Amino acid sequence: MSDIAGTRPALRWVVHASVIFLVVLWVVPTLGLLISSFRTADQIATSGWWRSLFPSEQNLTLRSAAPETQVLENGIYVIEGQLFGDDQQATISKWGISSRDVGAFKPDQTAELRRGGTITVTADGDYRMENTEEFTGNRGPRIFVTAELPPEFTFDNYQKVLLDQSSTDSMGKAFFNTLTVTIPATIIPILVAAFAAYALAWMDFPGRALLIAAVVGLLVVPLQLALIPLLKFHLSIGIGKGYLGVWLAHTGFGMPLAIYLLRNYMAGLPRDLIENARVDGATEFQIFTKLILPLSFPALASFAIFQFLWTWNDLLVAKVFLIDATGQTTVMTNRIVELLGTRGGNWEILATAAFVSIFVPLVVFFAMQKYLVRGLLAGSVK
Amino acid sequence: MTPALQGLLTIAIGVSGCVGYFYLSNQFIDKVLFPPRGPNAGRNINRANIIRPWLFLFPAMAVLGLYLAYPVVETLRLSLTERVPGGTYRWVGLDNYVQMAAEPKFWEAMRNNMLWLIVVPAMSTAFGLLVAQLTDRIRWGNFAKSLIFMPMAISFVGASVIWKLVYDSRPAEQDQIGILNALYIFFGGTDPQTWLTVPFWNSLFLMVVLIWIQTGFAMVILSAALRGIPEETIEAAILDGANPFQIFFKIKVPQIKTTILVVWTTITITVLKVFDIVFAMTNGQWETQVLANYMYDKLFRANDWGVGSASAMVIMLLVAPILVWNVRNARKEME
Repeated sequence: MSDIAGTRPALRWVVHASVIFLVVLWVVPTLGLLISSFRTADQIATSGWWRSLFPSEQNLTLRSAAPETQVLENGIYVIEGQLFGDDQQATISKWGISSRDVGAFKPDQTAELRRGGTITVTADGDYRMENTEEFTGNRGPRIFVTAELPPEFTFDNYQKVLLDQSSTDSMGKAFFNTLTVTIPATIIPILVAAFAAYALAWMDFPGRALLIAAVVGLLVVPLQLALIPLLKFHLSIGIGKGYLGVWLAHTGFGMPLAIYLLRNYMAGLPRDLIENARVDGATEFQIFTKLILPLSFPALASFAIFQFLWTWNDLLVAKVFLIDATGQTTVMTNRIVELLGTRGGNWEILATAAFVSIFVPLVVFFAMQKYLVRGLLAGSVK
Repeated sequence: MTPALQGLLTIAIGVSGCVGYFYLSNQFIDKVLFPPRGPNAGRNINRANIIRPWLFLFPAMAVLGLYLAYPVVETLRLSLTERVPGGTYRWVGLDNYVQMAAEPKFWEAMRNNMLWLIVVPAMSTAFGLLVAQLTDRIRWGNFAKSLIFMPMAISFVGASVIWKLVYDSRPAEQDQIGILNALYIFFGGTDPQTWLTVPFWNSLFLMVVLIWIQTGFAMVILSAALRGIPEETIEAAILDGANPFQIFFKIKVPQIKTTILVVWTTITITVLKVFDIVFAMTNGQWETQVLANYMYDKLFRANDWGVGSASAMVIMLLVAPILVWNVRNARKEME
């Protein structure tokens, strides 16, 4: 009955098609970066990432094996080999031995080498060089091929960005710094906020409504206002720029949302439960730790995800309160912005670095989407 | 000490400090200050119950006061003063604001911010509503929604890199690696465009990034609101012969009007604070400046705390109406 779209096949078809279109529109940008992070610098620079999923025609300059590998067969010196190595599945459409005419020959044709002898190249990259005299020199001749190459992906970028300590593009350190910022900045506000939320939800005292209103108000105060006053404050009490400062700042900035979410959730718990516990002689502290805290798990999880995503993805707070001139405490978002400046064209580094930083939140997101949605629904002021 | 160890230690100290504070302070009033026994047992219980809420509230309120309330006042003060060498401040009245108003860059930021404020909430809400409605009754709707929701988890910086690749441009004779230029050429464009350097349009291209992120948020909230609409109203409309479009615009949308407004204002606040996207993609060049980035420039590049604070106050002023509205709603709801 209410399935309006279902009553009209044409409309239903339009609905499906438009959802597919929107999903593709939303996913393609991320997909592009993900695929690019598995391609070599050369591949990224010469062809769009969407081509990498299909075989592509490429012009390559290869070299045959060196003369020292030649063998003597029936009085003829022979060098045999495979241009692409063993695991390549390429198909050569034309090839040449001079850079002036890279497509002079078809597969299986034979070319006269300038330094004497002949070479035959098959479509799959096997070649055979023959000469009545000995091949000389220490390198084989260059061979230019136009070949259809299958999609090829590499983990080298990740290796370089994550593990290579010497590399200036390394994200390994920044990754751990981000983790160091994130975990305390997620756990501590939850604890502090939970007690306050309980007081605001279930304890009676003058000024309660006013405090709740204040929390709702602080919810939207732009943290931009806090930068200079707090930096001044941190410098004056000797914290300076560092982890302690950034933990405190994140605790402060996350506090209104934490209190708001948790209070709303706790206020929705059944009154009888708490009254009964009080009648049974439980202290407020016991009620809170034994009853409210375990029951509020969904709200705690919601806030934890928000705070985790926000601190992990943050750039501004880290830049102001954490990162000093030495750059030892840089976080991933800041590294990426630096890379955008210095390595703007090196997409293989940028894409990989970005994905290293995106990966963790995405895992958290897909694993705990339920709590995130619940938190969003509770957190938007109705 | 390595930061990781320091982090673990902080968690340990922070958590045990919090727990210790709450536990010990409760013990203190129950056992020492107002023990609920002896001749004054009744009075003591009452007194303990008057004090206890404040014990629970104290750490949170201290943090809120110091990290959010105090900075508002302090920023206001800084915006009316000028730093003089030697670490002191001189009262200058509205000079910082006058100086800021004379800067073309400030008005460029204001103009762009207004554009952001109109375009991003409108588009995000519209797309969110569209997706919420379209996916409501189809079987793979939840899967589609979670893919459209995904950008919420991606940092603004990460999103900037993602979209910079989309907007990338190569010289005309090369293969385009940015998908936008590739499509542009495919559909008959001749010269590849450097999208982020074309004034006016580049601001829109930056907004696309935020719309891409915020649509998921709008969709989640609006989808829940659509599900909350009473079935009877829709059934009645169908019986009266309303077509799907009439049902959507005349029955459904009016019923979720408040939710749409909430989504709109929430995104508006996000837009006002947007910094990372502009900072990472253009850094305010090519006439893409916005207030938050302008403020960052003033505070940390020009080191001009006066004008920087003044521009922060402008952001605060723009947020203020929403703040008042939210507080009012919250109070109404509690009554």
